Amino acid sequence: MKPAPFHYERPASLDEALHLLARHGDEGKILAGGQSLIPVMNFRLAQPAVLIDVNRLGELDFVTAGDDGSLRLGALVRQARLEREDAVARRAPLLAEAVPFVAHPQIRNRGTVGGSLAHADPAAELPAVMVALDARFRLAHQGGERWVAAADFFGGLFATALEPGEMLVEVELPPWPAGHGACFAEVSRRHGDYAMVGIAAVTSVGAGGRCGPSRLVFMSVGDAPVEVAAGAQTAGEVPSEALFEAVAAAAAGELEPATDIHATAEYRRHLAGVLARRALSKAAARAAARGAGDPGVPG
Amino acid sequence: MSESSTDSRRPFTLTVNGVEHRAEAEPRLLLSDFLRHDLGLTGTHVGCEHGVCGACTVLLDGDPVRSCLLLAVQTDGCEVTTVEGLTPDPEVLHPLQQAFWESHALQCGFCTAGILMTLVPFLAAHPDPSEEEVRRALSGNLCRCTGYQHIVDAVLLAARRSRES
Repeated sequence: MKPAPFHYERPASLDEALHLLARHGDEGKILAGGQSLIPVMNFRLAQPAVLIDVNRLGELDFVTAGDDGSLRLGALVRQARLEREDAVARRAPLLAEAVPFVAHPQIRNRGTVGGSLAHADPAAELPAVMVALDARFRLAHQGGERWVAAADFFGGLFATALEPGEMLVEVELPPWPAGHGACFAEVSRRHGDYAMVGIAAVTSVGAGGRCGPSRLVFMSVGDAPVEVAAGAQTAGEVPSEALFEAVAAAAAGELEPATDIHATAEYRRHLAGVLARRALSKAAARAAARGAGDPGVPG
Repeated sequence: MSESSTDSRRPFTLTVNGVEHRAEAEPRLLLSDFLRHDLGLTGTHVGCEHGVCGACTVLLDGDPVRSCLLLAVQTDGCEVTTVEGLTPDPEVLHPLQQAFWESHALQCGFCTAGILMTLVPFLAAHPDPSEEEVRRALSGNLCRCTGYQHIVDAVLLAARRSRES
């Protein structure tokens, strides 16, 4: 046996799952796709006393396109489904572009949206994307719920705003506005590995041909997704490679990445600058191609 | 109702390669170990046991997954296919296995079962894949012998034969 012994619960509904979470408190650990949890249990780096397996909660497996252009994802949606859903491609192209970078197809067949976000690995793709898209997360507990903005959800290393007894049950992405473009890019040693550096970039190009402020959110350069202030420097500027180069350099200058066995801090900062320039340039080109006349609320 | 169980054994029912099994296991038993030790299906290989190498890939309700990252009890009510289930007759090779043989797509063979279980559904969904698509589909399976080239050749050969037949 690889994992240490644990008590196993398999609730059939969200109500039951929340009840079990409340009962077991800190001892209870949610098992969703298990693609991060089971490995650390196999190594016995994690030895939860109680596993609450939420894989039978079909009520959390939904992708819903709202009338207002928003997109709602249930926490149990498998990552592989995001690659196939037309609504994701149209309403959250940044998410659709990022998902194939998440590990490998076999992992994405099990890994869930909610699991990846609640795990909050600073090198993971989905948390950075959610911050860049201003997503909101619905956190439920027995007898109540609250909504938390993605930017407020991710705290320190593997730390989130989730309190004991709470479960992330739904993600809401706001409408994807007209004239906006996005790009996801990362560099890893091998395809599917955790990235040495990655970026989720969002910008816009208005009817006058000038950029709005941009969102530049990096992964793998800190304890959580890191958004830099330099993104705002594109506001009111005419898009050009020189502009993107300058903003990217300022962005990289804000970062304080760590050195580890995968890359030095200096190399990470260099990668961040290169990726920021490329991602901004591509995002702006996509924004211009979509055009300000695009209604922005695809069906 | 919630179904709870302690560290003691828990009953579950699953179908493996078309055969239904009423089994019982401690919740912490991994599917990979259940297949090998309890059912004797040793074609599923166990490499890294933390989801990196892909050697233990099996199909869960038709989708390739890591059997070392699933608890056996989680497969209650599910259908699992292992490499032994690719053909009904152990003397007859699946067309992809045949292509692997002809293209010298294996050396030590340790990774082969996981690669086959990844690529059989991939070929069903992508009957005419590009080399790039094949390499991407293979990205979750490590092979330390072949350098992958002959594996890619075998997949493209199997795809071509399937289209022509």
